[in-house]
Amino acid sequence: MDTEILEIRQHMGRFPPFDVLDDALLDEVAGRVEVSYFQAGTDILRLDQELHELCYIRSGAVEIRRRTGELYNRLGEGDIFGQFSLLRNNRVRFPAIALEDTLLYFIPEDVFLRLCEADEHFADFVELERPRLEAAVEEHRKANDMIITRVRKLLTRYPVMLEASTTVQQAARQISEAQATAALILDASDGDPRHTFIDSEKRAWRLRGILTDSDFRTRIVAEGLPPDTPVGELIGKRPITIQSDESVHEAMLCMLRNNIHHLPVLYRRRPVGVLHLSDIIRYETHSSLYLVSNIFSQSSVEGLARLAPDVRAAFVRMVEEGANSQMVGSALSTVGRSFVRRLLELAEEALGPPPVGYCFMVNGSMARNEQTVVTDQDNALILSDDFEPTRHDAYFAELAQRVCDGLDACGYAYCKGEVMATNPRWRQPLSVWKRYFDEWIETPTPERLLHSSIFFDLDSAYGEEAYVEQLQDQIARKAPQNPRFLAAMARNALNRKPPLGVFRTFVMEKDGKHNNSINIKRRGTAPMVDLIRIHALACGSSAQNSFERLDDIDRTQLLAPGAGDKLRYAMELLSMVRIRHQVYDIQHEHTPDNNIEPENVADSERHHLKDAFQVLSHAQKFLKYRYPIPPHSSRER
Amino acid sequence: MLSHRLSRRAEAREWPTYLEQRATETQSPLLQRFFAAGCPAPDTPIGEAPLVALDLETTGLDVQRHAIVSIGAVPFTLARIPLARRRHWIVRPTRPLSGQSITLHRITHTEVEAAPDLAEILPELLKTLAGRLVVVHYRHIERPFLDAAIRARLGEGARFPMIDTMSLEARRHRLSPWARLRRWMRRPPVSIRLPDSRRRYGLPDYHGHHALVDALATAELLQAQIAHHYRLSMPVHELWS
Repeated sequence: MDTEILEIRQHMGRFPPFDVLDDALLDEVAGRVEVSYFQAGTDILRLDQELHELCYIRSGAVEIRRRTGELYNRLGEGDIFGQFSLLRNNRVRFPAIALEDTLLYFIPEDVFLRLCEADEHFADFVELERPRLEAAVEEHRKANDMIITRVRKLLTRYPVMLEASTTVQQAARQISEAQATAALILDASDGDPRHTFIDSEKRAWRLRGILTDSDFRTRIVAEGLPPDTPVGELIGKRPITIQSDESVHEAMLCMLRNNIHHLPVLYRRRPVGVLHLSDIIRYETHSSLYLVSNIFSQSSVEGLARLAPDVRAAFVRMVEEGANSQMVGSALSTVGRSFVRRLLELAEEALGPPPVGYCFMVNGSMARNEQTVVTDQDNALILSDDFEPTRHDAYFAELAQRVCDGLDACGYAYCKGEVMATNPRWRQPLSVWKRYFDEWIETPTPERLLHSSIFFDLDSAYGEEAYVEQLQDQIARKAPQNPRFLAAMARNALNRKPPLGVFRTFVMEKDGKHNNSINIKRRGTAPMVDLIRIHALACGSSAQNSFERLDDIDRTQLLAPGAGDKLRYAMELLSMVRIRHQVYDIQHEHTPDNNIEPENVADSERHHLKDAFQVLSHAQKFLKYRYPIPPHSSRER
Repeated sequence: MLSHRLSRRAEAREWPTYLEQRATETQSPLLQRFFAAGCPAPDTPIGEAPLVALDLETTGLDVQRHAIVSIGAVPFTLARIPLARRRHWIVRPTRPLSGQSITLHRITHTEVEAAPDLAEILPELLKTLAGRLVVVHYRHIERPFLDAAIRARLGEGARFPMIDTMSLEARRHRLSPWARLRRWMRRPPVSIRLPDSRRRYGLPDYHGHHALVDALATAELLQAQIAHHYRLSMPVHELWS
């Protein structure tokens, strides 16, 4: 390697997309760089000038502007620009100005094109938003397939190891004393280095076999062997083993394939444990599935509340094992619904059967199957139209109180906006709900729009599912026919805007202000959910989950081709950044929240986050044009 | 002060004449080619001048006792420093290499032992410098060391105009009224070493004491100095010495 350009390649090697290049390619790039200095305030690229180089910021800061002169982006050390011009017609579309004294590395076009060709990651990165985001999401999924739990995590104690000369009686005694179900049989090494390991006293051993509980029955007692038979005589060929860094999944397959219940685990050649099939089963029971069954076996609110830490543990484990946001969201929503159901069952046991039919409706993230661990409750009661307030409401008020209190005890905080079944306004017969929804759609007011954005994510958690289905159908039928409602919802959805960019230490706002943290829900996932909901309402979808809504939207002409995918990837990325941040908080014993600090975000993730915010920002702008205020409506106001 | 400036300017204008004269007088065909290529005309705007940044690493500071270990050079202009054209040579010093300078220059004994004598790379070195205006940081190393090394091999030395980025810094920080005021107030003088000078222009820190890295660092410094304090139309004779 060229030491003389080390300075340059080391710097570039720290930043995406150069960080994934192999050394030879990186050397080539560094060796072809052209350097230039720009004093603060000077033009780097002028609009429409010809460009045949990729620009890399070695130090300083650069402002990218739109054709109109409006601020488009601000870039810092390690960022690149000019790639869009190179990929299109070699004309500068976004002029660049040095914001600080800046040292740039220019990478010639032929090198740039070669990189795009030679390295898939590089090509993905430099292409506009979607492929880069898509690449990030898929990269994460791929990486996690490999980071699945390793076998060594399941080992809790050292194996019982016996010399081949040990008698079967001594062996049985030692296995029992260790409360184990198998022992590994060792012999002095035969010199073959492939099987030899050295113990702490520097003796060389080889693993000859395994003796399990069932061997005592089938090979010793059934065969009538005397208790002083050396164990070495019982064992045949070398046992099947697994390396400690293999996955749990691989260990399970290995046991099934070979029809064995015990699997010696080796670190290189040294035995470090024996895995039993039951270890794997025990491990699997820590899953969310097990948690759900545990919820239904609880007989009191106190018992349910004690499961709250398990919810967090299951959440952390899912994320660590590489679940995507849909898997996490739907698992946690299922857990949440299970709490609701069990609380209702317990309440009905205490209060007696309900006087009229009802449906317990959940709203917000639980209805969308997008719950995380930082969540409050949004719910309501839809009662049968036979409901008579004076005769029946005392029962349902009490029922609601028990469920909402119980949810709060289990970690689902009370809703600050009083969107709970305890609120009489949200504890009404189906016909009243239908009237509510009609009014909200036909004559939207700021308050009604707020209600729409909460209640139009709706699902039944318990009781008469048909009630909620009727309401879902009603929305799907009426919303597309009310352009004024859609326009009002669209404008409402623009209240929460994403930041312009995410830098190493701060978040850059549209007005140029810097913040050192950002609420990823308020500025990212929530506006994205709002935006997707409006398109879903416009196309008459009755799906609740944002990704399912996007599937429905894709079947229409509402969005330009490919726009749905952009939103899908941006949504996934924003959700995962939020989820991973909460996992980090839990692991570091902080109260999980939605505030992320850019310093705690990985370099590459920061770039992707910026892209996702840009997708969101563009999509918000499109919303205004897609759902304009109909001409006659201004007269009515 | 005024007379000093005038004389410096007059001297500065004499460089082309000097180079022409050497071209006719020299006995060495190598030096003949080099001197005949000359340097940019004194009135050439700096923004249009072909430049080459040069740095020598030596075993010490005394031209009588120490020798050249490595040479880095990058042809450039104020617009661009193309790294593809970089040159770096390690040469076998005529005088022994001390352990200290080994660690300082990040060059090993084996590298030095395998290295050629400067005579072998001299044609290439002179070709890299020919016709370009040489840019260094502190000319009192590069000029005498190169002159002496060439004299030892070809029997005659070689001197040529240089832009010294350290003197450009000194003009601002050592000779200005403000600098004199600082001195009068017994404030320590502003450092004009390469890394400190670079920092004043927001240029990144490089690992110094590698001839090529220092040559690159010097080229970047000149770009920054001209951007901040001079115009691209500034005639080169105002800058060289």
